[in-house]
Formats: sequence, C-alpha cells, structure tokens
Amino acid sequence: MRNTCINTIFKLAKKDKKVVFVGSDLGAGVLSDFKKRFPDRFFMEGISEQFITGMVSGLAKEGLKPFFNTIATFLTRRNFEQNIIDLGLHNLPVRLIGNGGGLAYAHLGPTHHAIEDISIMRSIPNMTIVAPCDAFEMKNIMSQLNKIKGPLYIRLAKGGDKIITNKKKKISLGKSVLFGKPKDVLFITTGITTQECYFACQKLKKYKINAGVLHNHSLKPFDTKNLLKFSKIVKKIYTVEEHIVSGGLGSIVLEELNLNKSKDVIKVSRIGINNKFIKKYGTQKDLLDYCGLSTKKILKKVLNNYGK
Amino acid sequence: MKSKILNAKNIPLDKRSIYLRSLVYLTIQKEKRGHIGPAMSLIELLRVLYDNFIDKHSKFILSKGHGCLALYAILYDKGFISKKDLIQNCSFNGILGGHPEHDKIRGVEISTGALGHGLPIAVGMALASKIKKKKSYYYVICGDGELNEGSMWESFLATSKHKLNNLITFIDYNKFQSYGKTRDILDLEPLTDKFKSFNFFTMNINGHDIIEIKKAILKAKKQKKKPSVIICHTIKGKGINKAENDSKWHYKSPLNEEDIIEIKNSLNLKI
Repeated sequence: MRNTCINTIFKLAKKDKKVVFVGSDLGAGVLSDFKKRFPDRFFMEGISEQFITGMVSGLAKEGLKPFFNTIATFLTRRNFEQNIIDLGLHNLPVRLIGNGGGLAYAHLGPTHHAIEDISIMRSIPNMTIVAPCDAFEMKNIMSQLNKIKGPLYIRLAKGGDKIITNKKKKISLGKSVLFGKPKDVLFITTGITTQECYFACQKLKKYKINAGVLHNHSLKPFDTKNLLKFSKIVKKIYTVEEHIVSGGLGSIVLEELNLNKSKDVIKVSRIGINNKFIKKYGTQKDLLDYCGLSTKKILKKVLNNYGK
Repeated sequence: MKSKILNAKNIPLDKRSIYLRSLVYLTIQKEKRGHIGPAMSLIELLRVLYDNFIDKHSKFILSKGHGCLALYAILYDKGFISKKDLIQNCSFNGILGGHPEHDKIRGVEISTGALGHGLPIAVGMALASKIKKKKSYYYVICGDGELNEGSMWESFLATSKHKLNNLITFIDYNKFQSYGKTRDILDLEPLTDKFKSFNFFTMNINGHDIIEIKKAILKAKKQKKKPSVIICHTIKGKGINKAENDSKWHYKSPLNEEDIIEIKNSLNLKI
C-alpha cells in the first residue's frame, strides 16, 4: 500500500507542476526517480516534523500541493499543534501521508505504534482522514484528492495486503463500501481491519451467520447515510479498528447513531485496542491477534455472542 | 561563563514613532489590556518595513504574534484596517484580537500567537517562491523568547540549507520575556555566534534606529547565497517610561489608572 501511494505521488507530479514531495528522513532511496526527475520539487528535510509541517503549510499557502510523508506517529503526535494551527486553522491543502498506521511497526515498540492517530486528528477542524483497505483502493482515492480543498491525513497500513476491493465498483472518496449482504452481523471497519473482517465473514457462513462488512476509508467526513441505512438491517454491529477503542471509528459510529437518534445504537459493540501501552513485540499479525483484532479472535468473539 | 550582551542605546523617538505608539494606546483604550511591552519594542521595525519595503512582491509575517498591537497600528496607518477596527480591539464583533488572524484582517498572511509557527511557515513560503522562480521577499519578525522553541532552530537549519536569501529574519532582541530576562530564563548568548555558525549573514543593529534598520535590510537584500538575520537590539516597552525593561508590562490586564496616566504622559497624549 505504501509503495502504491508513494508511486502515485510521482505520477501526480508528472501531471501537475504544483505537486511537491517532502519527507523527513525516510529510508535510503525512497522516490529516487522522483528526486532525479524533479529535483526542485523533492525535499528530504530531516527529523524536524514540527518545522516541516510549517514549511509544507507555507508551500501550500503560496499555491503548491505538498505531500508530507513520514512515520504516522511523528506526523500526528509530534507535530500536533502544527497540525491544528498551521494546517487546520489555515485550511491548507497539504497531504499528510502516515507510514505504519496502527500496529504496522509492531517490532519497534510503543514509540512507533500509531494507535491514537485517528482520535487526535479528527479533533482538528477542516482535517480530512482517510484509511484505505488495500492498494487498489488507495490508488483510486489518490486520483480524487483534488476534491479535498483543506488538509488531509492518509493512514497507510502495512505493505503487501491482499486486494479485496471489487475493481468493477466505483470508489467515491467519502463513501463507505459494503462487502457482502449482511442480515445478522455487520462489521464496521476502516483500514486493514476490513480485511480481517472480510475473511471472518466467509468463515461465519459455515455457522449460518450472515455477515457483511461496511468499510469506511473516509473517517472524516464520515458516511453517516450508509451507516444508518445498513445498521437497520442487521441484528448485531461490531466496530473493528486497529486503534484505541475510544476516539476512533467506534466512537464515530456511536456518536453518529446517537446524533441521529437511531435505536440501533444498542446493537453496537466496539472491538479495538484498550487504552494501554502494548508491551509485546513480534509481527503486526502477532499484535493484531494479541489485541483481539485477528480474523480468528474476531470470529471467536462473534461466535461467543451466538453461544457457539 | 556568560557572554557580554549588546544593549540598545535608548535614543529619542521622532514624531512618527510617537504617533504609531499613540495608535497602540487608542487600540487598548477600551479593553485596557494587551501585550504592550512586546509591541513597543518592534514599532520602528514595522515602520521601516511598511514605509520602505513591503510591496506587492513581498510579504510580512509577525512570528511573535503577541506583538500584534504594533502591527495593528501600522496596518491602520497604511489603510488596511479602520479606526473603528482599532477601537473594537478584543470586542465580540471586532476583527482584532489578542493575536492576529489571517482570515479576519486584511494584510495578515498567517495567524500567529502560538510561538514557533510563523517562521517555519515563512520558510515554506520563501521556498515556494524559489520553486516558482519568483523574485519575492519574505520578512519575518521573531521574538527573543520565541527562540526558546525548537521549531525555530529547525527552521534556521533549513533556511540555511536552502540558501533562502529571499527570507529576511529579524530578532526583536529586547532581552525580556514574560517571566523576566531572557538571560535568566533560557540564555540565548552568544546569539551572533549561533547564527554565524548556522551560516547566516548576521547583523546587529539598534532596532529603534530608522537609518540602521533601513541600511541593514538593504544589505540583506544584496546577499546572493546566504539568508540574513538582523538581530535588533531593542527596548521592551520602548517609549513608555515605566514600561521600559520591565517584564510586568509584557502583558497588562487590566491596565490601572496609574498605568494609563503613565502611557499618556510618556506619549504626551491629551486624549
């Protein structure tokens, strides 16, 4: 997903002279083709995220279209005030590309776990937040970015995820996507938990539980219309996110149902990461399982509720 | 060991400088509060910039946003805002507040107030100008207390890296911040050496001397490969006798009768 995103920025830069790429201190050789072809629009500015957020704001203020890429924690937490004031308050079209959203950097420990990024970024007025489920969807969304006039945070997941997006269906930035035809259980997801739940749905068929996934690549603005529509037709709703349970997707769903006086609010259970630092290493898969977010654990939770 | 700090000679103010200060008084007259000391130290810098250098090819950013009373005075003087705007400072429907906002005030590029933001944004703007091959100048006034912020030093590194000779940075070095002397809170010295080591064309001037300020800017504009920093030795509260070099005048809320009399007497105001 990350490679697709980065390569798409290069493609956008070929078409649009205003596109500028700014990194902090990325891995050696990242976007070397971009650097070679457009040396005056490629910047590696060092480990100085607070400054860079200001700098990209200045670039945008003068009419350019900057993409700022670094590790998600340093793009959301380290520069939080800059995200609010420089980007949010001035409503500037800067694209923040966060590598390793969620637990992708499992092996690097809690300093690199971006598990509260959605919560803090959605508190910023004018900020759009997007978390695609696979590379295909990512590429498609990237082609629609000109629709967003203000700042945007893209939460990238790990690399090499399976493509689950239906390539024949139109992807509209801001519109949620339904997988399956749920009657019993609806998983409401974002980012890669869509994949985990997608496979959980297939396994639930064996138990005659008819489940589907409502994937939200757009967390802000949120597709409340689809939420209300599909919440009505199922018996049980699980919000599943690679994020702390408070402030993220689960909170958005509860808030929107409550705001719209929906009786379906009682159907909702939130599955996510408890508000604790994770003291384990291993792979992202290991930590997803540890936090109850693997296909296996999600399945277990649903079956338990069904007494199976 | 602490190095020797240069101090500004307390030179007398001419009519125009006193007039601009009287506009600050007009602005705070109703609400009776504001960052008076930090505004009074940068009046001459703004005066020289707006009288001589700010044009359609250049932009100004007040990184030390709390010095905005001085900015409001010069913006009124140049016709960007009205007398009514000044009088309504900090009122519910007014456009002027305790920090300047870009979407309310004509002539304000960037909303500042939280320190350490204006300069990084200005670096990006100056860089954009280079990318677009435009010949624009960007002028930024930073506070000395603002240099406590890490983002400022990150910005200085980048300004130097990109050889932004179109970005001219002023340090309003009045030697005081909110709590007391900069030297006691987080010493900046040796400041000149710091900027020189960052590869800046570095000048030290009296920030209240119109001729010195003008000359320094002209010199800075001649730099082809280096960014310039002009360390302006100023006096906090300059022009109001009791406010000079007194941190208690950093932010006054509310101004009492004695303070009002002090301002009026110092500026010889009859209003």
